Amino acid sequence: MCFSITDKVVVHCRLVRRHLIRSAALLVLSVVATACGGDDPDVTVYSGRTEDLIGPLLEQFSEETGVDVEVRYGQSADLALLADEEAEAGNVKSDLFISQSPGAMGYLEDRGRLVTLPSSVLDLVPATVRDDEDRWVGLTGRQRVLVYNTEIHDPSTLPNSVQELTDPAWSGKVGFAPANGSFQDFITAMRTTEGEDATVAFLEGLAANDPVSYANNNAIVEAVARGEVEVGLVNHYYNFRRLAEDPSSPTANHVFAEGDAGALLIITGAAVLDGADHPEDATALLTWLLGADAQQYFAEETFEYPLADGTAPSSAIPAIEFADVSGIDFSELGGGLARTREMITEAGFAG
Amino acid sequence: MVALVGQPVVARRVVVIGVAGLFLAPGLFVAWRAVRLGASLSDLAGELAGPAWRSAQLALLVGTSTAVLGTALAWLVTCTDLPGRRWWRIVLVLPIVLPSFAGTTAVLAGFTRGGLLRALWTVVGAEPPQRIRGLFPAWLLLTAFSYPFVMMPVSARLGALRSSLDESARLLGASQREIFVRITLPQIRAAIVGGTLIVALYMLSEFGAVQLLGFDTLTRVIYATRQVDRATSFMAATFLFVASLVFVVLMRAARGVEITDDRAALRPAAPVALGRSRPFALGLCTSVVLVGLIAPVSSLVGWAWRGIRDGRVTLTDLVAPVLNTAQVAVIAAIVTIVVVLPVAVGVVRDRDPLARFGAVSIVSGFALPAIVIALAIAVLTLNTPMLDRFYQTLPLLILAYVVHFGSQALGSVEQGVRSVSRPILDTTRLLETSWWRRVARVELPLMRSGLVAGGGLVMLAVVKELPATLLLAPIGFRTLSVEVWASFEEGFLADAAVASLVLLVVSASMSWFLVLRERPTARD
Repeated sequence: MCFSITDKVVVHCRLVRRHLIRSAALLVLSVVATACGGDDPDVTVYSGRTEDLIGPLLEQFSEETGVDVEVRYGQSADLALLADEEAEAGNVKSDLFISQSPGAMGYLEDRGRLVTLPSSVLDLVPATVRDDEDRWVGLTGRQRVLVYNTEIHDPSTLPNSVQELTDPAWSGKVGFAPANGSFQDFITAMRTTEGEDATVAFLEGLAANDPVSYANNNAIVEAVARGEVEVGLVNHYYNFRRLAEDPSSPTANHVFAEGDAGALLIITGAAVLDGADHPEDATALLTWLLGADAQQYFAEETFEYPLADGTAPSSAIPAIEFADVSGIDFSELGGGLARTREMITEAGFAG
Repeated sequence: MVALVGQPVVARRVVVIGVAGLFLAPGLFVAWRAVRLGASLSDLAGELAGPAWRSAQLALLVGTSTAVLGTALAWLVTCTDLPGRRWWRIVLVLPIVLPSFAGTTAVLAGFTRGGLLRALWTVVGAEPPQRIRGLFPAWLLLTAFSYPFVMMPVSARLGALRSSLDESARLLGASQREIFVRITLPQIRAAIVGGTLIVALYMLSEFGAVQLLGFDTLTRVIYATRQVDRATSFMAATFLFVASLVFVVLMRAARGVEITDDRAALRPAAPVALGRSRPFALGLCTSVVLVGLIAPVSSLVGWAWRGIRDGRVTLTDLVAPVLNTAQVAVIAAIVTIVVVLPVAVGVVRDRDPLARFGAVSIVSGFALPAIVIALAIAVLTLNTPMLDRFYQTLPLLILAYVVHFGSQALGSVEQGVRSVSRPILDTTRLLETSWWRRVARVELPLMRSGLVAGGGLVMLAVVKELPATLLLAPIGFRTLSVEVWASFEEGFLADAAVASLVLLVVSASMSWFLVLRERPTARD
């Protein structure tokens, strides 16, 4: 092509060369910067909560206290795996771990990566929403509910217990997310409250009803909205989010009767890593996240249940008695989440 | 390392061994970890057989359909008088740009009440599909999202073909169809097979679309078990890795020997007149764009519009993510080409078995799911003295991109190397004694179209990459794909739509300025 070198080609070659040089310079610069080391933040957070749900709070904390916070966002499970590998290599990078699901927290606890929290932090929340071993504490709660299509159902036709979904009347009408952490947490909780046999019976009953499996909570709410399924087992948060995006969405949450396994409160929590560089600042941040300002933010902005004593949930969501809510202790259950997943796959689902 | 293009074979072989080691490292780590966790393939055979079969189905079906569709579209936009083909050439690349989870979510949303796709169905008078899940929708959507993997290299190859053989054939009385089958096809076969191979491997590692469409493949098992049952996860990944190595070896063997006409000058050929098939050709292009681009974009635009109307868009600063994204994408593309080039030269010029082994290892890097590669690189870096200081820095992130996407550049770079013919090499050796001047002034300019096409594919892949970016980027380093993911994850659809549309525009402009505009075809 370059045998007949036209002006155009020359210009292109020059452009490419300029790109090459500039990019190479950038790379060299970043290598040098790495070798020299940058400035350290005061607290490093690995957060399974996305930026939309916690970013403004962390900024506010920095402004109020002058403590510099840096955050890596990601899926709770991936960040837990990464934090575990870092600890294994003796190179702990994060101080505070914020999880969207109890499963990721339980994983780090099982692997011995979390420190015992001081009672000054633990006592900020009811004993039912923190770890029995004192290694993590709940920040917010998300309730398991049944999302339904309002054009097909009204609350009077909906069941009071999640167990009723095994009734043949619901055949082919239920959406769920068998591989999603929140469904697995729900089944794990059922194992503690109802026992192994009852849980297996529930899963088999559900399987006999040919439910439709989805990737996650969002996908279920979407499917209910387009009428692909009539109801779905989800966390309460997602329909509030959907209604905020589209007020005309024909979807609503139905809460199972109090004390029903289906009405579990899923806890999003936080923990301080063993071997962290800045445990004091991390603990200070954790304490602040359980303070009135932050808990109020979770209640009003993200429609979650604040867990610290003294903050009321948003009036848009039904009140819950925390005394009835049990934190799931994964270490006490034989096999923990792995056994839960096994039960789910044995029932014939792609867990 | 570019310099090694013209260097003696021995030096190049040392580099090739290093490159092969780099690309094989994640796969070997995964296998080692599976063994250490005490995973046993025979115990898991029952659980993995079904998903493995579904992965194979997807790879086979989507591979076949993208090969046909990608080749047809490449031929239409490069060799024919298709109306508006310069425009089609850009638009037809775009379906590859969106992350698959975002594209799939958006398409599914189109079937919600008020969605464009549902409306289209009703206009036709048909009942909208009740359930959108399983093999058929997965095949349809993934074909529509990934045919550019075939179209781009084939189109580059078609643009570089000499017209002399066509003309001779025509003078000897061959029909248009005969010319295509007997002259053109053998010359573009390697490009087609190379692109199809990438699609097939992508299907093996695909996660976003298959999980949303409820199609239970091996990758979904790897994801679902990565925390709760690591032995299963690593064993499934090892199985995928070994299977893809075998597959890559078979596919590369099937490419056959390239037919080239070294003697003729590169001269533009007259575009083929489509004649009466013109409406059919336009219809094909339109329907492809409808499924792969309009379907997802219509939902995105709807969400974005509603969000902007209600003042709900919270994304304030997308400038930093845009610049960060463009920067890593361009750097990763350049580094990838530099790393892959010595292997390509070894394969094409030396026909060196060692280089062929290097090529196989490069390509296999695309079959492992991104999260597996990201974790493997994290663990390897953390536990290697000297290297550990680069953990979660930009250079390491770039390295992760190179390892994951080297495969996408390899085919086109090999094409580039092939365009420097033996007679030209021999002539320049006589006329110019300095090897680096030969490389800089003759070889690289001749290879450019192949190198740029390969770099372009890497660039587009990096723009939408997520798992490695989340785990390995410097802390606080925001990219567009991270913004898209974060907003989708918690259901902030308006924000997600705005970020996705910006990502689309950024990828489109980068491919226009850096790739498509770079390659005026021989037939324009």
